[in-house]
Amino acid sequence: MSIIVQNISKSYNKAKAVEAITFEVKEGELFGLIGPDGAGKTTIFRILTTLLLANEGSAIVAGFDVIKDYKAIRDSVGYMPGKFSLYQDLSVEENLTFFATIFGTTIEENYDLIKDIYIQIEPFKTRRAGVLSGGMKQKLALCCALIHKPKVLFLDEPTTGVDPVSRKEFWEMLKRLQQKGITILVSTPYMDEAALCDRIALLQKGSILKIDSPENIIKNYDKVIYDVRTQNMHQLILDLKNYPSQYSVYAFGEYIHYIDKSAGFNPKDLAAYLEKNKHSEIEINISRPTIEDVFMDL
Amino acid sequence: MKRFIGFVTKEFYHIFRDKRTMFILFGMPIAQIMLFGFAITNEINNVNIAILDKSKDDETHKIIKKIRASEYFNIEQDIVNENQIESVFQKGKVKAVLVFETDFIKNLQTLKQAKVQVITDATDPNMANTIANYVNSILLNYTQEINKNSKASHLIQTQTQLYYNPELKSVFNFVPGVMTIILMLVSAMMTSISITREKELGTMEVLLVSPLKPFQVIIGKVFPYILLSIINATIILLLGFFVFGMPIEGNLFLLAFESVLFITTALSLGILISTVSNSQQTAMMLSLMGLMLPVILLSGFIFPVSSMPMALQIISNIIPAKWFIIIIKAILLKGATINVIWKETLILVGMTVFFIVVSIKKYKIRLE
Amino acid sequence: MTKEKIIAVQNLSKQFGNFIAVNSISFEVYKGEIFGFLGANGAGKTTAMKMLIGISKPTSGEALVAGFDVKTNTEMVKRSIGYMSQKFSMYDDLTIKENITFFGGIYGLSRNQIKEKTEKLVSQLELEDAVDKLVGSLPLGWKQKLSFSVALLHEPKIVFLDEPTGGVDPITRRQFWEMIYAEADKGTTIFVTTHYMDEAEYCDRVSIMVEGSIEALDTPKNLKKKYNVASMNDVFLKLARNVE
Repeated sequence: MSIIVQNISKSYNKAKAVEAITFEVKEGELFGLIGPDGAGKTTIFRILTTLLLANEGSAIVAGFDVIKDYKAIRDSVGYMPGKFSLYQDLSVEENLTFFATIFGTTIEENYDLIKDIYIQIEPFKTRRAGVLSGGMKQKLALCCALIHKPKVLFLDEPTTGVDPVSRKEFWEMLKRLQQKGITILVSTPYMDEAALCDRIALLQKGSILKIDSPENIIKNYDKVIYDVRTQNMHQLILDLKNYPSQYSVYAFGEYIHYIDKSAGFNPKDLAAYLEKNKHSEIEINISRPTIEDVFMDL
Repeated sequence: MKRFIGFVTKEFYHIFRDKRTMFILFGMPIAQIMLFGFAITNEINNVNIAILDKSKDDETHKIIKKIRASEYFNIEQDIVNENQIESVFQKGKVKAVLVFETDFIKNLQTLKQAKVQVITDATDPNMANTIANYVNSILLNYTQEINKNSKASHLIQTQTQLYYNPELKSVFNFVPGVMTIILMLVSAMMTSISITREKELGTMEVLLVSPLKPFQVIIGKVFPYILLSIINATIILLLGFFVFGMPIEGNLFLLAFESVLFITTALSLGILISTVSNSQQTAMMLSLMGLMLPVILLSGFIFPVSSMPMALQIISNIIPAKWFIIIIKAILLKGATINVIWKETLILVGMTVFFIVVSIKKYKIRLE
Repeated sequence: MTKEKIIAVQNLSKQFGNFIAVNSISFEVYKGEIFGFLGANGAGKTTAMKMLIGISKPTSGEALVAGFDVKTNTEMVKRSIGYMSQKFSMYDDLTIKENITFFGGIYGLSRNQIKEKTEKLVSQLELEDAVDKLVGSLPLGWKQKLSFSVALLHEPKIVFLDEPTGGVDPITRRQFWEMIYAEADKGTTIFVTTHYMDEAEYCDRVSIMVEGSIEALDTPKNLKKKYNVASMNDVFLKLARNVE
């Protein structure tokens, strides 16, 4: 086990940030903490990177206790906090050199590990970090977190505020790092990124709602979701909400995800209802649930 | 050691790339010194003086003519006895009174020595001093002339007497004062801001999670400012010495030692401030309100401590700057040795140790 | 949908030194439309949006917002629009009521209007019990819903939303969009940027900016057809090559 978290609780003043969190991350696993802002993701990261003391519970990272052996952990993990902590007034290269130096290494020594990523930002190595785009900052911050060849990599919302192209590239990088044997704990508010992890913990308001592989979470979802669309989507949401046996109605991309309460639900009845309410081009199909569907139903 | 050098290099990048920091570091000291220096101007022009000539002989007439011919002085009136001196000063008409002793020419010829008394209104102490210097140089010039002609050595002695402010309290006050302010500003404010900036940016998190030990981070952060403060102190002293004729009477090593001591005091205060503030703004406010204002108001830089109300006099004792100003003035102006200022030095040492201990206690290896 | 133009942009450009942030973009937005304004980081979205809301002067080109020229009539532009961004929406250290009163005051609403609006808004959002709570203590999702309502206080013709749902939980995100729909149905024009590509599907029309230019502008349906892909995410990935 690379990370073992047992029954961790933490409050700030009176507000509970996380409560009774327990999970384990296997060596070489890509583990995702999935949840919106305020779910407690950052607090968990800070406890595991020895920046915060939990009120209750214990945690072990790379074989070291987060309280007793905090120095050993600080030597062996890489951490990329939210907002990519870089020195804005230092150039790309100076940032990287600095982080290499404080970890007692050099860029050359571990160049292999960051090569794939660094090559993409190398053309801009004399540029100040402050003027880089979000995607490039993210890559540079990842290089900085990797430069000392950590055993465990903590990435707190590395893709927040970054455009879809950079996000996609970022996840590809994480997959490659994982193949090099690095354990990765990553958090994200984007539910679609959950599917890219080996296992995920769904977090809401400081508690874990579910831990499993994304496939299992979807497989074990027991409700039937229908994709519904008509020519007038705004009205459709309102009308579906008024349908007597509706369980939930959520916009999902180009469709509305509709779940019905009754066991004997027949899509034809719904179609008839919608037609009566002046909808046209009605489509009702069974949909494949996503992590986001499951999350919203927890 | 490599880590340390790497860290310090990074700090210097921050400093050199931030125009505001650079201005505070190097623009401010020069600007302040110049401002204070020239506000208390060294040049005089058409200053009104009065003359009391008790001898009324050829020599005194020649001297008076010479003074009248200079552009510096304007002889406003002649007075006839000493009783009038007080009243012309009080009327504010003249800034100085020259008194030629009786039998001036006789003394000069027989004793080869005569006396002129220069009485100045020292409410403007700098002006008073300058006037005395100018009169001196005119007289010196004059004696050189007569000595050349007669091949004998004559001497006109001037006795300077100051009215109202005999200790000349604010003369050259500004160099020690500005130096103290600048060192405080650079050391305490700049370090506390640079540490809190890392907290704000979130880079402190990364530094904490790195193998760097907290004291390494702190030393790395303050080291550049120690260097810069020393450079600053040197610049200020050089400016004071060369531009404004500030005397440096004491031992330079002692001066350097005391300056480094005070820099250390200020730095430890800066670290202390950074441990209690989470944003650059708080650090700035704390430094300005908590350090700068007391330094300016209570240290004796602008208002003499001795003329403050008792309560403020007591409070002024806890201000490190007060002790530093006493020390540095003693060294610069009076050429004091450690024997004279050991007490003040010890107080500063004590304060420094106290601040360092408190900041180490307060410094967090974690975020809260 | 009535095709009344509410935003008309002609060859709008913005240059910073040698760098062309926005390169001669032209587009129109119609009344009551939900217009998605997408682009990679650094594509020029924010710069373009700043010009439209009158806080940045265009280097060249024309833009009419609610009929007013953004170059010469910024005052009227600002009066006709509402603005909400992810970064700043409301004062955390004021209560909900104080925030509403403050923002109502800025837009010159009378005391009675503010009172009326506050009641309506608070009951719509079911925040009756929280009116006197500090905004800082609210969950992000509530905050964002509240600040959207506040941006609408003065009944602007157009609302500009800059990544309004970043970090918001999935359910609240949907509720937020339902609010957007309802507002659009009332005839308010919605101009929105987002990094959630599923939200792009909710828009009536979407533009995608790449390197300072608008590379695509159409309904999500047509865009997907044109690029022969299944989702807006794929459209985006196809268009917005990572150009730095």
